[in-house]
Amino acid sequence: MTLNADIPASPYADLTPPLTAVQALAESNRCLFCYDAACVRACPTGIDIPSFIRSIATGNLKGAATTILSENIMGGTCARVCPTETLCEQACVRNTAEERPVAIGRLQRHATDALFARKGPHPFARAASTGKRVAVVGAGPAGLSCAHRLATLGHEVMVYEAKPKSGGLNEYGLAPYKMADDFAQREVAFILEVGGITVEHGRRLGGDLSLEALRAEFDAVFLGVGLGGNNRLNIPGEERDGVENATAFIERVRQATPDAPVAVGRSVVVIGGGNTAVDAAIQAKRLGAEDVTLVYRRGRGQMGATAWEQELAQTNGVVLKTFAAPVAIDATGITLERTQLEDGKLVMTGERYSLPADMVLKAVGQTLAREALDGLALSGGKIVVDDDLRTSLDGVYAGGDCVASGEDLTVQSVQDGKRAALAIHRHLTA
Amino acid sequence: MADLRSTIAGIRSPNPFWLASAPPTDKLTNVVRAFQAGWGGVVWKTLGEDPPVVNVSSRYGAHLDNERKLIGLNNIELISDRPLEVNLQEIIQVKRDWPDRAMVVSLMARIEEEAWAGLARRIAATGAVDGLELNLGCPHGMCERGMGSAIGQVPDMVEQVTRWVKNATNLPVIVKLTPNITNILWSAEAAKRGGADAVSLINTVNSIVAVDLDAMAPTPVVDGKGSHGGYCGPAVKPIALNMVAEIARNPDTAGLPVSGIGGVTNWRDAAEFLALGATNVQVCTAAMTFGFKIVEDMINGLSNWMDDKGYANLDQLSGRAVRNVVNWNDLNMNFSTKAVIDPALCIDCGRCHIVCEDTSHQAIRIDQGDNRRIFTVVNEECVGCNLCSHVCPVPDCITMQPEENGLPYMTWPEDPRNPMRAAAAE
Repeated sequence: MTLNADIPASPYADLTPPLTAVQALAESNRCLFCYDAACVRACPTGIDIPSFIRSIATGNLKGAATTILSENIMGGTCARVCPTETLCEQACVRNTAEERPVAIGRLQRHATDALFARKGPHPFARAASTGKRVAVVGAGPAGLSCAHRLATLGHEVMVYEAKPKSGGLNEYGLAPYKMADDFAQREVAFILEVGGITVEHGRRLGGDLSLEALRAEFDAVFLGVGLGGNNRLNIPGEERDGVENATAFIERVRQATPDAPVAVGRSVVVIGGGNTAVDAAIQAKRLGAEDVTLVYRRGRGQMGATAWEQELAQTNGVVLKTFAAPVAIDATGITLERTQLEDGKLVMTGERYSLPADMVLKAVGQTLAREALDGLALSGGKIVVDDDLRTSLDGVYAGGDCVASGEDLTVQSVQDGKRAALAIHRHLTA
Repeated sequence: MADLRSTIAGIRSPNPFWLASAPPTDKLTNVVRAFQAGWGGVVWKTLGEDPPVVNVSSRYGAHLDNERKLIGLNNIELISDRPLEVNLQEIIQVKRDWPDRAMVVSLMARIEEEAWAGLARRIAATGAVDGLELNLGCPHGMCERGMGSAIGQVPDMVEQVTRWVKNATNLPVIVKLTPNITNILWSAEAAKRGGADAVSLINTVNSIVAVDLDAMAPTPVVDGKGSHGGYCGPAVKPIALNMVAEIARNPDTAGLPVSGIGGVTNWRDAAEFLALGATNVQVCTAAMTFGFKIVEDMINGLSNWMDDKGYANLDQLSGRAVRNVVNWNDLNMNFSTKAVIDPALCIDCGRCHIVCEDTSHQAIRIDQGDNRRIFTVVNEECVGCNLCSHVCPVPDCITMQPEENGLPYMTWPEDPRNPMRAAAAE
């Protein structure tokens, strides 16, 4: 590992700091309290944004947080990781006249952080017990969102999680600079405060759990299993030491302790154009890599990472190299071939060059782990669901990244979990 | 360049911006700083008979908007708490060093002729003073001792005190009026009868500015208790403008010079007071909010605007709006204006729609356009109330456009819909 003076004091610290009270006051007062506001329509969870921002402006932070969390129980994480520049903030009418939206995401963090800091009673009460029991597979954003909503509606929820900790990608898949100070675990603890939710770890569908048994034991089942597999590059040298999936790298970084940070290479190449690629690249840089290059085979306009994320990578010292496809990895680095778009179709040009690399991180998409999903209709590598998030199996619902409900975003998973819980509730109380 | 030199009641100053009698004019240090910054004159903080009063600790309460901008200030401070002779010596020195600036001194005394006359003579004896201002308005503390608003609220006393002071010296006398009355004209007319050379208004509005919800006491909190105080600043400007206009358009007081006070924060506020008949303005809260430097923009802003409008001097501007201030009964019932929304400027916030829909006349329709909503005024429902144009965050996006209807100017007394008119005709 190379140390240099530009490395942040803590590679795990917030990249975007929380707003100060003064900043929050000024920013909240920029909100126009629009009627039928565009930002609300742009939020996958439909948070009443003008109302929560008005509550911040009036000093009612608890009310602001409750407004947020009533639609999105993971409002704290979404405040940190949502690509607001393509969602609520993209829709903000302040863009029209001033080209600067209200900082909705950072205000949302201000409100939810304040609620967490109060350590008061959980803001949501449970309805009278229905006597129904629901199994939730996966303690990620979809699963916990579903579990929390079901619990408030009076159901008993058993959550099964394969990994040792709850939180899913919040805990294992997001860069630490977005989720500083163990926020994922603090949020999980907050969600479980509502009561009526039991979580068992080390329980994996296909391990000691079967869909058939869950259906027999519970009144309904929700699958929030995420995407367990990773796409491959299918190029020579992919199995070499120093070549790793970006998700695995981030997971290692997240689970490392600050006194024993993960070692990174001197020259790191990240393959891919999505947010995972950007997270891995920035985090590698913050951990002390000398050179970090993000390689993507198409152009910046086609990248999954938003323009804001791309710029964040660049201002953090990551070099973006586009129209470059990996063709081989060897002991010295990676060989790339220039590409170009012809009528929207990607073609190789035959022109090759090499980049030195002692660490290559692959972030070229994730796939559904199909084992143990027997009997479920799949399509396009996702579980098929209807408008109520019902799968092809009676009483089995699914949401989050394992279904094709929208973009693979935390906020979409939370919304899926919430909608599935409401559908399950209707089904169980019909 | 417009000529901003100002004369009121014979008192000259290089510009019409004076600092009002208040904490900023309490002593030499502050007043010199004010003159260095460019203020045209001061009204020295109210002097009383010795021994000086004693002030309490914690003196101001604030009315802040959501962004912590101060829109109103409230104080429970009394008059000058320094010995009279100390104030007079400082006044002499300041006038010697700044002879071109207006030096007016505020005074207050018991309702006894010798108290007022004696104090006025001592002040006049300095030879450094251009005029006197009678504090008949302080609505807190001093009124409990029979002074301030306790005098200003009784027109006979206003007249009496004015006459006492006029008879005591040859100095011009400005009578400062309290707004804490039912009709400002009664006080203004009384001052005029007493021989006032000018009136200044408004003094502060009696108020409780806020309640500290932890202490459960009015602010400012003095050891767990609070008192009513004097409210001033931008929030009181509309009250002051009306009272100034009332005096300007009242036949008995028309021509009585007015020094306008109440929330003057920038040159535009000053221009409004002048247009309603004021000869100059006095400022306190804006200086206490931003410091003395604000006078620079007041001076060059007023000057630039006057140049743009073709006013060569303050006399050409003063009172220009007075003839357009009329009673409701003199308004044209046949006039009709409609809101027009410019879709090119609209940012799609929807506030015009929801305020009209919820609280007014359901006169703004929403149509779905390409990627945005289009807001359109329904002329048949629009009464021209202006609400939408006031809540729109974009300047000039919603404008009010009068309708050409060819109808004559017709007042309510002339209107056939007026049942009193019908009754009178029978």
